[in-house]
Amino acid sequence: MTETRADIPMVKAEALSKSFGSNEVLKSISLEVKRGEVLCLVGPSGSGKSTFLRCINHLETINAGRLWVDGDLVGYRQHGDKIYEMHPKEAAKQRRDIGMVFQRFNLFPHKTALENVMLAPTLLKKGHRAALQTRAMELLARVGLEDRHDYYPAHLSGGQQQRVAIARALAMDPKLMLFDEPTSALDPELVGEVLDVMKGLAESGMTMIVVTHEMGFAREVADTLVFMDGGVVVEQGDPVEVLSNPQRERTKAFLSKVL
Amino acid sequence: MTDTNARGAGSEASHPVVHAEPEAIQAIKLRHPWRNIFAVVLVLIAALFLYDTAFNRPVYNWAEVGKYLFDTRILTGAGYTLQLTVYSMIIAIVLGVTVAVMRLSPNPVVKAVAWVYLWLFRGTPVYVQLVFWGLVPTIYKSIDLGIPFTEAFVSFSTKDLLSYFTLAVIGLALNEAAYMAEIVRAGLLSVDKGQDEAAVALGLGWWHTMSHVILPQAMRVIIPPTGNEVISMLKTTSLVTAVPFTLDLYGRARDISAVTYQPVPMLIVASVWYLVVTSILMVGQYFLEKHFAKGVGARPDVQKPTLQTSAVGVVGPTGAAARGADGSGGAGGMP
Repeated sequence: MTETRADIPMVKAEALSKSFGSNEVLKSISLEVKRGEVLCLVGPSGSGKSTFLRCINHLETINAGRLWVDGDLVGYRQHGDKIYEMHPKEAAKQRRDIGMVFQRFNLFPHKTALENVMLAPTLLKKGHRAALQTRAMELLARVGLEDRHDYYPAHLSGGQQQRVAIARALAMDPKLMLFDEPTSALDPELVGEVLDVMKGLAESGMTMIVVTHEMGFAREVADTLVFMDGGVVVEQGDPVEVLSNPQRERTKAFLSKVL
Repeated sequence: MTDTNARGAGSEASHPVVHAEPEAIQAIKLRHPWRNIFAVVLVLIAALFLYDTAFNRPVYNWAEVGKYLFDTRILTGAGYTLQLTVYSMIIAIVLGVTVAVMRLSPNPVVKAVAWVYLWLFRGTPVYVQLVFWGLVPTIYKSIDLGIPFTEAFVSFSTKDLLSYFTLAVIGLALNEAAYMAEIVRAGLLSVDKGQDEAAVALGLGWWHTMSHVILPQAMRVIIPPTGNEVISMLKTTSLVTAVPFTLDLYGRARDISAVTYQPVPMLIVASVWYLVVTSILMVGQYFLEKHFAKGVGARPDVQKPTLQTSAVGVVGPTGAAARGADGSGGAGGMP
């Protein structure tokens, strides 16, 4: 079984659908993300990119289809041919393996950068506080902010806050990282520092799904580029290929506006 | 082309003007005669009232006030009042948080129960509720534990179990919990939804999310009105005579005046102690607010403009050049 684990894709979606009321946001999405792969999701707003991302760590419940992370169904448990809803505790456990970075950072404003990074490990992991703190400082160093460890989020710039948020998401040692437009809320001059951290993370072999409008980042770092529109995957493939030679009219129209 | 022109002209033009020290304005202050007159009138009225109170009104009997201010009965009364306040507030806060969380529950029955509780306890006067609690030992003579419609396993006499003090605390607490529930609910709703999502995405459960992320932030909104409620509760305790519990500060003051036939000095004595306790509570509130304001204070130096960024907006050689480029090139090059 352990041998086959490595062959299982990190994320696998099969005919995944999601609707809010009568509004169908995702229409039968099928996708695979391999271990160590970096996948960039692009597309116009309202195309369902963020919703797809939020389905992966069960912040949204899917209506139809199947979704697996590391071989396990997300939010459900299968016995025979019956599907059972997962207990919130199990769902929480499942989320610990998936890090998420939000567009608006969502750092905890009443905690310092270090406390933000340490919160989840302190509550959920066993081990000495000192060891957890050393590890948290390492993560802050990794995003270049160890000297800012005792600053509150309000005292950090947007770029610094997002880097702390990345360190916080890494603190539970996730096997998969989700980025929901991580640079969209940043001043243009601060985008680079966040993308650099993400690039470093990709190079270290982390499996990443990134919803982004940064085509330069997608071209340089992504293994796969997926273009979504209207809740369906319009086109996917090698980023350089898709960006320079899009096959579909819809992709061409979108890229001509953003490139 | 125009751009280079303007920049060259701009930097030339700026040299003579930029470094001239602007002269400080020596304006004659605007006078506010009515403000001064109003202030003087207020001070006069206050002084007259104080003089009158001190010397012309024997009914205040300040000697009597001094005599009873530190009377043991008064001091123990103040102690009981403080106990009533603290116990009922603690119960009210715990119960209030529970009811607030119940009101936000997805379970419609739980939600409805919380709503009815609020409706009942906010909709009736606290005095009436206290009278009712005083009657509880008469209405429910014993408290039986067991299976309904069968013989009870244990039976307590309500009168022995619940003293008037306990009943007063219960009455005050249950009433206050309804108000606290709304305050707590407002606090919980004030926390950004992204905070909950971030905590959930980290894999925290409901309890951890509530206790470490949502509630500490909600506290900033919850504490000021709660401080209000504590102070209000301190004074509401004077109604416990309805239970009847009479050992509290006001009850004791009234008892004494019933003997001395001098009600006014005893009212002053009671008021002084209510004021003292309120003042102490206000100090406590200040420190609590400071504690929960962590992370929202003024920004330290990091966020102040650095030399480089501040240079952008300053009217200096660069600023003048920028303006020259913005407007017509000719204007910049005039001198």
